[in-house]
Amino acid sequence: MPKVTVDGVEIEVPAGATVMQACEAAGKEIPRFCYHERLSIAGNCRMCLVQVSPGPPKPQASCALPAAEGQNILTDSPMVKKAREGVMEFLLINHPLDCPICDQGGECDLQDQAMAYGRGNSRFEENKRAVTEKHMGPLIKTVMTRCIQCTRCVRFAEEVAGVEEIGALYRGENMQITSYLEQAVTSEMSGNVIDLCPVGALTAKPTAFHARPWELKRTDSIDVMDAVGANITVHSRSGAVVRVTPRLNEDVNEEWISDTARFGCDGLQERRLDRPWVRVNGELKPATWAQAFAAVKAAVSGVAGDKIAAISGNLSAVEELVAAKDLLTGLGATRLESRTDGAAYAGPAAHWRFNSTLAGLETADLILLVGADPRLDAPLVNSRIRKAVRRGGATVLRIGGGSDPSYPVTDLGDDLGLLAKLPKDVAGKLKSAQRPALIVGSRNASADVLAAAHGLADVLVKDGWNGFNILHDSAARVGAMTVGWAGEGVDALAAAAPSVLFLLGVDELALAPFGGATKIYIGSHGDRGAAVADIILPGAAWAEKPGTWVNLEGRVQRSLRATFPPGDAREDWTIFRALADVLGITLGYDNLDQLRTRIAGEWPELGREGLEPAVWEAATLTGKPAGATRARATDFYSSNPILRASPTMRTCVAEILEGRAPAILEAAE
Amino acid sequence: MSDYSDFKWTDANVAEAERIIGRYPKGREASAIMPLLWLAQYQMRDMTGVAWLPLPVIEFVAAQIGMPKIRALEVATFYTMYNLQPVGRFHVQVCGTTPCMLRGSDDILRACADKGLKKGEVTNDGLFTLTEVECLGVCANAPMVQVNDDNYEDLTYESMTAILEDLIAGRTPKPGSQIGRQTSCPEGGPTTLKEIA
Amino acid sequence: MLADKDRIFTNLYGFQPWGVEHAMKRGDWADTKSLMAVGQDAIIQQVKDSGLRGRGGAGFSTGLKWSFMPKEPKDGRPSFLVVNADESEPGSCKDREIIRNDPHKLIEGALIAGYAMRARAAYIYIRGEYIREAEVLFAAVEEAYAKGFIGKNACGSGYDFDVFVHRGGGAYICGEETAMIESLEGKKGQPRLKPPFPAGVGLYGCPTTVNNVESIAVVPTILRRGPDWFAGIGRPNNQGTKLFQISGHVNKPCVVEEAMSLPFRELIDVHCGGIRGGWDNLLAVIPGGSSVPLVPAHEIIDAPMDFDGLRELKSGLGTAAVIVMDKSTDIIRAIARISYFYKHESCGQCTPCREGTGWMWRVMERLASGDAEPHEIDMLLEVTTQVEGHTICALGDAAAWPIQGLIRHFRPEIEARIAKRRGFVSVPEIAQAAE
Repeated sequence: MPKVTVDGVEIEVPAGATVMQACEAAGKEIPRFCYHERLSIAGNCRMCLVQVSPGPPKPQASCALPAAEGQNILTDSPMVKKAREGVMEFLLINHPLDCPICDQGGECDLQDQAMAYGRGNSRFEENKRAVTEKHMGPLIKTVMTRCIQCTRCVRFAEEVAGVEEIGALYRGENMQITSYLEQAVTSEMSGNVIDLCPVGALTAKPTAFHARPWELKRTDSIDVMDAVGANITVHSRSGAVVRVTPRLNEDVNEEWISDTARFGCDGLQERRLDRPWVRVNGELKPATWAQAFAAVKAAVSGVAGDKIAAISGNLSAVEELVAAKDLLTGLGATRLESRTDGAAYAGPAAHWRFNSTLAGLETADLILLVGADPRLDAPLVNSRIRKAVRRGGATVLRIGGGSDPSYPVTDLGDDLGLLAKLPKDVAGKLKSAQRPALIVGSRNASADVLAAAHGLADVLVKDGWNGFNILHDSAARVGAMTVGWAGEGVDALAAAAPSVLFLLGVDELALAPFGGATKIYIGSHGDRGAAVADIILPGAAWAEKPGTWVNLEGRVQRSLRATFPPGDAREDWTIFRALADVLGITLGYDNLDQLRTRIAGEWPELGREGLEPAVWEAATLTGKPAGATRARATDFYSSNPILRASPTMRTCVAEILEGRAPAILEAAE
Repeated sequence: MSDYSDFKWTDANVAEAERIIGRYPKGREASAIMPLLWLAQYQMRDMTGVAWLPLPVIEFVAAQIGMPKIRALEVATFYTMYNLQPVGRFHVQVCGTTPCMLRGSDDILRACADKGLKKGEVTNDGLFTLTEVECLGVCANAPMVQVNDDNYEDLTYESMTAILEDLIAGRTPKPGSQIGRQTSCPEGGPTTLKEIA
Repeated sequence: MLADKDRIFTNLYGFQPWGVEHAMKRGDWADTKSLMAVGQDAIIQQVKDSGLRGRGGAGFSTGLKWSFMPKEPKDGRPSFLVVNADESEPGSCKDREIIRNDPHKLIEGALIAGYAMRARAAYIYIRGEYIREAEVLFAAVEEAYAKGFIGKNACGSGYDFDVFVHRGGGAYICGEETAMIESLEGKKGQPRLKPPFPAGVGLYGCPTTVNNVESIAVVPTILRRGPDWFAGIGRPNNQGTKLFQISGHVNKPCVVEEAMSLPFRELIDVHCGGIRGGWDNLLAVIPGGSSVPLVPAHEIIDAPMDFDGLRELKSGLGTAAVIVMDKSTDIIRAIARISYFYKHESCGQCTPCREGTGWMWRVMERLASGDAEPHEIDMLLEVTTQVEGHTICALGDAAAWPIQGLIRHFRPEIEARIAKRRGFVSVPEIAQAAE
C-alpha cells in the first residue's frame, strides 16, 4: 500500500495502482483518450501526463506509471498544463472542424477535453490531413479523418471481442485504422467500439444524423435480446426508441452490450401489432378490444380447465407471466409451459440457473460447454469465458461444436453420450480443476443430458463454488421458471391436445402440433405466432412497459418504460387484467404496484433487485444422453420477432452472414 | 496465376521457411513474419521479375504462422522495404537524407530524372522504379544509391548516369565505390594500419 | 592519435577477407574458452572497469547494463541478448563495416556478452537495407557454428549459446530497444512503455539486454588486452577507442577507429584530409548523428570528440557520426531534410511525435524557402518543446533537437531568408510567378 502525495495531499493507494488511479483516488481528474479501464494500457495519446518526482525531469504518462512509495505527483503544475495544452494542440491540428455535422457532438471526449485543457486558438497554418473512409460493416460508420489513433478499437477487437480484424496500418502521420480489407467486423459485440471511440471516427451507422444526444430522453432498462440482462440506457425521442447504449454493471455486462441489444431496437417500429385481430372464416380481420375479448370469452366458455393451456415466449416480463397465470388459474387451467426449446429442467432454482455467475465465470479454470454456443447465445458470456482463458489460463472443452468461440477450445465430439462417459483425461481434468464449470445449452438440456450433468455435480459443486450452469438464450426463461411456468413440457402439452391455447409472445415454437386449439396470441410483433393465431391481442414490447426480468444467473432487474406501445396495443399485464373482468375473474390488483406486491408476496426474491444465490440440492436423475446436439434455431441476428423485424439486423444478415457486398445492398435500396 | 492466390513456396523455400521459423522459440512463430515476408518477396522477384507482395501472398505467409491477417498487413505496411505495389525490375533507391544531400544527392536524382525516372513511378518499360529513400547507412561513401541488392557509392551525376545506362543495356555495373575506394577507407589509401592494407 | 597496436578493428576496411580463418589469424576466437572461464560476474566487472559506454548513442555503461540481468532464471524464463545492428541514424555507418569486414568480432562478443548475462541466445537485428552485409553475417554465423564456437558447448566452454540473425524491413524506429524487441516478436516496431524495462520483461517477456554492435564487438579485445588498457585511452568517463564516421564536406570522408576525446581538428586533418576549402570554410558540424544538435564551427574546432566534451557544447557524441557542413551548405535545408527524415520514421504511436514531426517538417520547409512569418520561428521552437520529452521513446526528442540547434545558432539566417522572400522580390521573379 504505497503512500503518495498528489498536489500536496498524501494518499494511500492499493499496491499495483497506477499514478492515474492514485490521482483519481485523490479526486483529481486526469484527461485521457487512449486509456480505458478494460483495455490494455497503450500510453500513446500522452494526454494524461503528470509531473512525478522522483523521476526524469519530464512529464510522465500517468496511465502507465506504477504508483510508488513516496512519489510526489503534481497534476496542475505549469509543466503539466503546458504538456496538456501541447498534446491537445497536436490532437487538434489534423482533426477536422466538422463538429456541427459530427454525430459525436455533445458526447465527444475530444470536444470536452479541448474545452477544459486546450488553448482556444490554433497556430497550425498547414493543410489538414485527410484520411479516406474505411468501410467497417453495416453497424459502424467511419469518418477516419476524425481518428486520433488512440487504438482503443484495435485493442477492444483483439482483447475483448477476440476478433483480430481491426488494425492500424502504415506508420507515423499516415497511420490509419481499418478493418482487414475494409470488411465488416465479424464480432457479435462490435458496436462497443462506437462507445469506446473518444471522437467521431466510429459512430453508429443505423442512426447516423438521426439525433443529437441532448435531444434524447434517457431511460434505464434491461436488454432482453438474450438472457444476460445487460443493463442499458434507452434513448428515445418523439415516442420512438432511437438508440440503445450500455450502462455500467460490473456483475452483468461490465460496460459492453451485444450488437443485437444495441442495434435491434429499430425492430420496435416495424411489423407491430397495433390493434386486435380475430380470425373469421379462416382470415384474420381487424377487431376492437371488445370484439377480441368477446371472442376469447366465447373460446374459453365451456372448456374444461385441463383443456386450456398457455405457453410463454422469450420476451415476457415477470408481471405479465404472473397476471396471465392468475387469469389462467381463475379459469382452472394448470398447464403452463415456458420451455419452448424442449428443455427439461425443473425443480430447485439451482438446477436451471447459471450458478457460477457471470463474474464468477472469469475465475473458472476448466469450462466444459455442452450443446451451447456462447458466442451466439450470449456474447457477453463468451467474453467472460475469453477472459478466463486469457487471464486465468482456463481450459475450454466442448461437446457439440459451434461457432469459432474466439479462444482455444478442444472439441470432444458431437455425441451427447460423451457427457455421461467422459474421456479419462477429461474426467481427470474436471476432477483436478479448482473451479470447473459445466455449461449446458438450454436447448440441449433434455432429461437425459441433465441426468448426466447432475452426475457430475460432485465435482462441479464445492465450497464457495457452483459450476453447474444452464446457458439460456431467452430473457424470460428464468423469470418464467421462477413463477412456475414449467409443466410437463411442450411435447406432452401438444399430446394433451388443448382446445384453447394462450400464447404469450411465442414465436420460436412450431405450433403445428397444436392445430386443433384456438390460439390466442398476446404479443407485439406480427411474426410466426401471430400468423397462426385465431385471436390477436396486441401487447407492448420490452421498451414500452416497466418490467421485472430475471437473468440467467437468477438476478432480478427492473426496466422502466421508455416509450408507449403503438395504436391500440396495451401493456401486457393490463390485457390480462381487463380480460379477467370480461371473464368474471378477480385478480386482486388494479395497478402495477399492487401486482408487484402480489408477486413479492409469493416470490419474495422477485420483490427486490439483485441476485440471491440458489441453494444447491443434489438430485439423482435417470437417463442416458445419446445422439447429436441441437444447433441454434436461428442465426445471431434473427433470434426473436423484434430482431427479425429490424432493418438493421436484416442488413447484418445480408452483409455479414451472407456476404453480400454493401455496394449491391445500397444500389438495391 | 493472375492474383497470386495460389502462391506457394518453391521446394527450396519450403525448407528455408522451416529453417526461418526454427530460429524462434516454439509458440513464437509470429517472429518469423518479417523474414518470411522477405522470402516471399524474393520468391516473387525470382518468379515474376518484380519484387513485391500481393495481398494473397501476405495472407499465405500469415496463415503459415497462424497470424491474423490484419496483424500481418500491419507489419507489411509498417516497414518500408516490403513493396505492396509492383516495382520495376530495378528498384533505384536514392538516398536523399542530409549526409548524402550534402555530397550531391540532388545530382543523383537529376541523373535519374534525365533518364526518365520519376519518383514513385515505374518507367513505361517496367525497368525502373525510382524512390528517394531515407539514410541507408553508407554516409561515409555518400552520395549513394541502392539498386535491388547492391549499393553504388561515391556517386556523381556522370557515374550515376553510367550505372543507369549499364542497367538499360543489360550490363551489370560494379557495385561499391565508383571512384575506386576500398570500402570506407579514406580516398587515396588508409591513414591507419597501413601495413595491413 | 591512436597507435595501430591499440586498434581493435584491424580489418575495418576489408583489405583482408572476413572469413573465420582470417579472423582467427587476426586474433579472433583465440582461446575464447579461457576468456569465459573467469566467470560471468568477473566478465561483467572487467567490462565495467574498462569504462566502456554504449556505442549506440545513449552512452550508458555497458557493464552496468549487463549487471541488471537476473543471475538466476526467474520462473523458467530464459534471458536473451539482442544485438542492435539496425544502424539507421543519418550519418552512422560504422556497424556496417564491422559486420561486413570483421563479423567474427561481433559473434565472439555476442557469445561472451551472452554468457556474462546468462542469456540462452543472441538475436542480431540487422537493418533490412544492409543486404550484402546480412549475407556476410549469416555466413559468418554459419562458420562459427561449423567451428563449434557457438551452439552446444560453445568454444568448449560447456555453455550452450545460439546466435540468430534477424533482418529488419526498413524502419529507423527499430533501433530503439523496445521497438526492436516488438519487431523481433513479429509486430510493428512501436516502442514499449517503460517500466517494465527489458532487463526484466523484454523479448518474449524474458529478461533481455539490447546492445549496439560496436559495444559487443569490442568486448573480446577488451578482455584480451585487459580493462586497464581500454580505460587508459581517452579521458576519464570517456574511455576507449571509437569508430568515427565522417561524412559531408571533408576532403576524404571515411570511417576510422580513433581514441576517444581526440580533438575534432585532429580527427579531420589526420584522417579526412581536412575540411573542404580549408578550416575557414567550416560552417557547422553535427557531431553525433542527425539527432544531436549542430555545433557551429568556432565551438567545435578544438573540442574533444567524446561524450562530455560534446555535451558541454549542448550537443552529443551519439554514434560519433560526424556530419561536416561547409559554408556552401544551405543549413536550413540541411536541417529541414533531417526533419523530413523524422517525419518519415515516426512510428505513429504517440500523439506529439505523430502530429508534431509532420508539423515541424512543414514549417521547416517553409523556413527553408523563406515562405514564412518571422514569428513562426518562435512558434516552431515552442512546438519542438511540446514534442520533446512528451513521447514514449526518444524519437520525439531526436526530431526536436536538430531544429532547436538550428534556431539557437542560425536564427539570423532564417530571418534573413524570410525577409528576402517577403521584401526583396525581383521583377523577373514576379513575372515567373505570374506564369
